[in-house]
Amino acid sequence: MKILVTTKRVEHYESKIRINAQGTGIVTDGLTYMINPFDEIALEEAVRLKDEHSAEVVVVAIGTEDATQQLRTGLAIGADRAILVKATQPIDSDVAARILKAVVDREEPNLVLMGKQAIDDDANQTGQLLAEFLGWPQATFAAKTESLESEAEKQKEPAIDLDDDTATVVREIDGGLETVEIDLPAVITVDLRLNIPRYPALPNIIKAKKKPLDELTLADLGITAEPKVTVLGYEPLPERQAGVVVDNVQTLLDKLQNEAKVL
Amino acid sequence: MFEDPLVRPFLDDSHAQFYQNCLRFTREEITPHAYAWEEAEIFPRELYEKAADAGLLGASMPEAYGGGGGDIFHLILFCEAGLWAGTTGVLVGLGSMEIALPPILALGTEEQKRRWVPPVLRGKQIAALGVTEPNTGSDVASVQTRAIRDGESYVLNGSKMFITSGVRADIVTVLARTSEDPHGGLSFFVVEKGTPGFSTSQGLKKMGWRASDTAILTFEDCRIPIENRLGDEGMGFLALMQNFERERLLLAVYGHASAEVALAEAERYARERAAFGRSIMGFQVTRHKLARMATLARACKALNYQVADAMRRGESVLEQVCAAKNFACDVALEVCDHAVQIFGGMGYMRESIVERLYRDVRLLPIGGGTSEIMNEIIAKLRGYGR
Repeated sequence: MKILVTTKRVEHYESKIRINAQGTGIVTDGLTYMINPFDEIALEEAVRLKDEHSAEVVVVAIGTEDATQQLRTGLAIGADRAILVKATQPIDSDVAARILKAVVDREEPNLVLMGKQAIDDDANQTGQLLAEFLGWPQATFAAKTESLESEAEKQKEPAIDLDDDTATVVREIDGGLETVEIDLPAVITVDLRLNIPRYPALPNIIKAKKKPLDELTLADLGITAEPKVTVLGYEPLPERQAGVVVDNVQTLLDKLQNEAKVL
Repeated sequence: MFEDPLVRPFLDDSHAQFYQNCLRFTREEITPHAYAWEEAEIFPRELYEKAADAGLLGASMPEAYGGGGGDIFHLILFCEAGLWAGTTGVLVGLGSMEIALPPILALGTEEQKRRWVPPVLRGKQIAALGVTEPNTGSDVASVQTRAIRDGESYVLNGSKMFITSGVRADIVTVLARTSEDPHGGLSFFVVEKGTPGFSTSQGLKKMGWRASDTAILTFEDCRIPIENRLGDEGMGFLALMQNFERERLLLAVYGHASAEVALAEAERYARERAAFGRSIMGFQVTRHKLARMATLARACKALNYQVADAMRRGESVLEQVCAAKNFACDVALEVCDHAVQIFGGMGYMRESIVERLYRDVRLLPIGGGTSEIMNEIIAKLRGYGR
């Protein structure tokens, strides 16, 4: 069993994001970075499945040399190998999925696990596109039936049920959970309520430096990056306006109905 | 991750990664409860296990006994990250093992290490160090607690004072006198909770470090097997001196880390707080005060990192570590005082982090050897008065 997991490098969720003066991107000075939290959950699930199925876990990231930090974190959490696909140009979900398809063609994993979206662009497309390009089944928004406070979670049991040919996945859908069974190989994207990712232990952090990390270029994979999406500009959210104190409920209702038009 | 070019050369990716873990733990497990634990003058025992599960305890101790296998900088970063919650008490409570276990690791047999170290690093047991006595502080050669050999056991009599984690400790590394020789007559023992004749007081009421429990330990005809002695008789003093270097560096680190947190709080407050129609950052007097605080914090950290790096290389830096501790005390006291001043009335309220830090740092020139003792050591090593 081989599991491929994505570890996208994203701005830390506690970072204060500022738009640059030209409106062409964000100011990166002083930002800290992390593995996309949804990918972290995917990796945690992969590491749990690894323990149960003696699987090999391979982490993959697309980006500059900086992304090796996130790959090393992935290795410290429990992946066996890492692949960095070096790219400096803008990459949209479509190009990312094409790159990942080329990696999957080389690696031939039984399962691709990835976050349902990345917290930077929140596109929520790459997993679905990848499954389409591969012609593989997909199960999106994987979750756990039990709560994250449950005994199963404390015991670090995997929520995705795997056997040689199929995966049984609980999905979050509007108003509830749905259980699907899909054939392997497959793409599974994960939601927030699947597991609580572990802290990589310090000895593993130190040992991760010695685990293999391969670098590939887009040329190696035969890909030319031609994004279908062009970002025209960025704008900050409008500053929040000061509130007003109203005298009574009638005035409040009136304002909600006629000014805010939310009732 | 590490923006200051002065500190970056000492650290690698494993430090960055570990620091992230420590920050996450602080944010999720300490910060939300810091005020309540300070007021309650205790933190839940479960925190030891949570910190162990997160792989944060014993960062620089050998992996073979459940430690992180890292170096002194991993431990320093654990202290720095933890202080962002603004409670030194929680850190020194979690960290009492950092002074209690080294004598076991330095003097203990393989069997002793395997018996006492892993349960502590797993967060299942709490360890404390018992050196200070009601009548003996920095003058450790005057330790009066006696361990008298009686057949296959020792009988301990005496008491230990101001023992961090003493109320809850499951094992205590105790320094006791096995002969009259002031230095050569000191030996280390491990005393386990529940041993007849060993009792602990209620938590002592303190000015700062409030979230940690501090106790008086009493030994009355407390009989322990000879297997609980660490190393040979008389090896206690030297081990204690080695332990002190590490303890003093950690206290110096609390100094620069407290200064950094107080500075960050003061910077934030100075931007938010308005007076006479502008933020108080708009006044030169505030900006210059903050500039001095930043300068002191940087200088302090730079010295501490240099000393730590020399220790990591295995060099002897006794004079430097004493100097670093004293300088860090001065910096922490001054910077926290300025921070309280910038906060004004809010700085006097217990809900402010700067108020807690102001009280917490007052212990630094007292614990782990007073500033006066540090100066005596520096003077002696530099050959003054000869």
